[in-house]
This record gives sequence, structure tokens and C-alpha cells, in this order.
Amino acid sequence: MTSLIETRGVSKHFGPFCALENVSIAIGSGEIVAVVGPNGAGKTTLVNVLTGLLTPTSGQVFFKGHDIAGVGPVALAKRGMARTFQLVQIFPGLTVAETIAVAVVSQQGRQWRLLSQLSGNADVDARVREVAAIFGLERRLQTAASMLSQGEKKLLDVASAFALAPEMILLDEPTSGVSTAEKHGLMKTLLDAAEAADVKAIILVEHDMDLVATYAQRIVALSEGKVLADLPPGPFFADPTIIETVVGKRRSR
Amino acid sequence: MRARTLLPVMAAVALLALVPVLAPPFYANLLVPFFGYGIALLGFNLLFGYAGLLSFGHAMFLGLGAYGAAVIAGVLGIKHFEVVLAGVALGALLVALPIGLLCVRYTGIFFGMLTLAFGMLAHSILFKFYHLTGGDSGMRVPRMRILGLEFADYNKIELLAGPFYYYCLALLLLAGLLMWRIVHSPFGLHLRAQRDNAQKAGYLGVTVGRFRLTAFVISAVYGAVGGAILGFRVGLADPELVHWTHSGHLVFMTVLGGFGSFLGPIAGALTLTLLQDQLQSLTQYWRFVLGAILAAMVIFFPRGLAGMAGDLAGRLRPAKREAPA
Repeated sequence: MTSLIETRGVSKHFGPFCALENVSIAIGSGEIVAVVGPNGAGKTTLVNVLTGLLTPTSGQVFFKGHDIAGVGPVALAKRGMARTFQLVQIFPGLTVAETIAVAVVSQQGRQWRLLSQLSGNADVDARVREVAAIFGLERRLQTAASMLSQGEKKLLDVASAFALAPEMILLDEPTSGVSTAEKHGLMKTLLDAAEAADVKAIILVEHDMDLVATYAQRIVALSEGKVLADLPPGPFFADPTIIETVVGKRRSR
Repeated sequence: MRARTLLPVMAAVALLALVPVLAPPFYANLLVPFFGYGIALLGFNLLFGYAGLLSFGHAMFLGLGAYGAAVIAGVLGIKHFEVVLAGVALGALLVALPIGLLCVRYTGIFFGMLTLAFGMLAHSILFKFYHLTGGDSGMRVPRMRILGLEFADYNKIELLAGPFYYYCLALLLLAGLLMWRIVHSPFGLHLRAQRDNAQKAGYLGVTVGRFRLTAFVISAVYGAVGGAILGFRVGLADPELVHWTHSGHLVFMTVLGGFGSFLGPIAGALTLTLLQDQLQSLTQYWRFVLGAILAAMVIFFPRGLAGMAGDLAGRLRPAKREAPA
């Protein structure tokens, strides 16, 4: 199995503080990998290194065989990686259709056409409708993003990332702020969408162990910046020391 | 263009076209600066309303247009207004690129202060380099041919109130049409996306910095074209054109008209041009009255005249729809 994204001995220091230490993970095509760990374990730093936002202090990050350390979000989007954020990110002044169209325009490379008109562009329009339909937003296309419900904003945030037609998507706590009853529904929507969009790999940063156990094929646990475990769910949940470190702290809060 | 926008625009153009025919030359002459400001504000609002960058130094590009006209027509003696327009547009492009590269790294108040600083720098250069720029007396902008025609039988007022008036009206229409296409293009969409949420836009593939820079340069070119019209009309390129209070004047017009709408700034330019003229003839405290009006607009109608018009149209429309049902 060739890996889609890979870190080799990545460390990241912020002054004297070591957020990541010698992290080596590889994620291949067809995998859904969860990244878990208590608060302060280095999950956010790892996400930021993987998405090219931070340059590691040492070590390398490869995406499809290219070194992507610190290349920035735009270059990664072009290479086929998308991400969503823990806190919902929308464009308040844009409609649902326009929000999805931002990604479609990038993906189709039309952004420098200063004089072509967006409305009535059949290629963009068709893709926008296709993506909106996957997320059940097709009836809200002309609604301003700021007028959507919290759940719909979340769906729109993810939908716009999917509209890039990425090969890999990084979902940063996709179900945060969603009621327990709706979490599984949202996860199913996301995974169906990923399949429909031909996404090859998913990295899921998640606190909810129930979701991790249900959907992840492999779990990477971080603790104090180090990889504590990199196991399939079966052995992972069978190891009490790992569970103690990752989950125990959360229970004791 | 939708009928909702197109109809009022066509009515306004028809009205403006009738001004030189129906009103005394004074009024047509009064409206020439409005055309200049209208074009400049179309550009200014691409930067402010669509890209979310509020410049407090934009008057430097109007100054560049007027001084460019003085240099090309006065110093170099090329007395063709089309050559002046092309020249100042190119000049604005060359000046705005390096300034923009520095400024667009910042947003909000930092962008505003940086553009203010560049504007003040431009003003002091024009003011102090007396032997080059004429200092506080400025540089003369001579009469030019328009479309290659001399209009020798017309005196200056007749030229401004007749051929030049229609020339500027046509320029405003052309500039407006071009800007309409720009803001409704994929480029315009990415520009608005980075305005609303630059981080998210980056992850959707929007090259935020390049888009801001492009908007900055386009707005500078529009500013210079507007400035050339102002220079032609007065016959002088004056350092006061570049003063920071003149940049404030541009912000005033935009806020008055409503920066959230495409036509708002043009409505603001027209309103302020007419209002200022009326107030100046009524009272010497006209600045005080203008200040009070701006304060009232910001407090009661933050979306400006365009927002007011939109609300009014919105109130009228449902009544119509309900009637047949």
C-alpha cells in the first residue's frame, strides 16, 4: 500500500514547548483514520502540519509523494487536500450556492476570468447543484449562509470542502456542536458524500470515542506530542493503558 | 443585468442625458465632477465593498490622474484626452502594484493607516517638490481634444457642458458595465469570499493576497481615470486633490450611497455633488451640515441611500404580489 499522506519524524516546537515529537504516521488510499488524544496532546498542531499551515521544526511531510511542509492551504487545495474546521466556517455574505461555487471555481481553475459571468455558467452551476444535493442543501441554494441553522451551516462548511473534489479530506471534529442524536446521521452523510465524491482517504480528528469506534478503520492516539498508539479499533480498545490515557482524562474532568 | 437594476439605471441615464438639453450649462458643468467621482468610486467600492479593504489614501490615485493629465497634455504637449486616459491608467497600474504589494498584507485598520500614510507621502511630495509639481499652485491641465476633435467654436464652459459632458457620461457607463462584469465574475466571487472569511477561503483555493492586490490595482486605475476628468474640468492638478481629507470625501460618498450595493457609491457621489452645491450657496457652515447628515446616515441608515431604496422597494413589492392572490 502506498501512502497518500505521510509524516516522517516530525517535531514541532513553539519556543521551549514541544507540541509534536518525532511523529511518523502514514495514511493510505481507502483508509479512514481517527486522530485522538486528550486536550493539549498535539492534535491541532498535527492537523496544521498535515494541512501545510505550519512548517515542522524537523522532519518531513509528504502528500502524494511531494514534500508539503508549510506550502500553505491554497497549494494543498490544488493538490487535492481539503479540510474542515472544528468551529463552523462560513462566508456570511454569500449564499449557499455561492459558497459551494467558491470551491468549484477554484477546482475548475476559473478564478482569474475577470469578465466571464458566473450566473448562468452551466459547468459551475451543475457541479454546485450536484454537491448541494449530496448534503441535502439543494433547496437552500439561494439562502444567505448567515441565515442557515447551525446544523445546515456545518453541512455547508463540509459541502464546500467536498466541492474541491479532494482526494483526501481532514475533518476536524465534524460533529462538535451537533446533538448526540444527530451525530451518527451527520457522520453517515459525510461518509456517503466522501464515497460519492470519490475521496480516497479521510482523517477524522474526534473526541467522541463512540464515533471513532464506529467509523474509524485505524486510530492514531497522541499524548504529549508523541504517538501513543497506531492501531485498528479492536486492539486499540482492548488496551486499558491507552484507554486510560486517551479517555480516562476526559472522564475525570 | 436584472430588470430590477436595469430599469432605474436606464431612467437615470436618460435623465442625465437630458440635463445639458433642458438645464442651464451651470448644471451640466456641475455634474462633470460627479462623473469623475462616480468612476473613481466604482473602483473604490471594488476595494471597500467587495474586497473588504477600506483605503484612506485613495485620493492619491485621483491626484495621479490629474497630475498625469497635466504632465501628458501640459508638459509633453500630447493634447488628446484618450492618450491621457491610457497614460494615467498605465501610471496607476505601475504605482499601485508596489504600494498594493505592501498594503494588502494587512487588513482592517492597519490597511487603512498604511494607505493613509502613502496618501500623505504623495501629498507632501507634490507639495514640496515645487520645481517639478508647482507646489501649492499645482500644475496646469490644458484644454485637450476629445475623440480627436478640437471643438474650437466652444468656449470652456460650453465644452464642459456639452461634448465633454456626454463623453464623461459614456465613460461612466462603460466603466460601470466593466465593473459590473468584474464583480459578477468568478474573480468577484473569490474576492467576496476572502472578504468574509480569509482562512476558509484559503482552504477552498482562494489566493487571498493576489486577489486583494488585483482589486487594489483595478481600483487605482479607476481612481486615476476619475482624477483625469476632475483635472480636465478645473484645468488644474492641485495638491489638495491628494490630501487625506479628499480620501475622506471618497469614503463619505461611498457610505452615504451605501457600500453594500453596486450602484450605492454612484448615488452617493451624485447626492453629495448636488447637496454640496446647494449647501454652499445657502450657508457658510455647509461642512457642519454635511457632517450632521453623514452622522445621521451612519446611525439611522447604515446601508446608505441604496439600502433605503432597497427597503422602500421591498415594502412596495409584497403589496403587489398579494393583490392577485
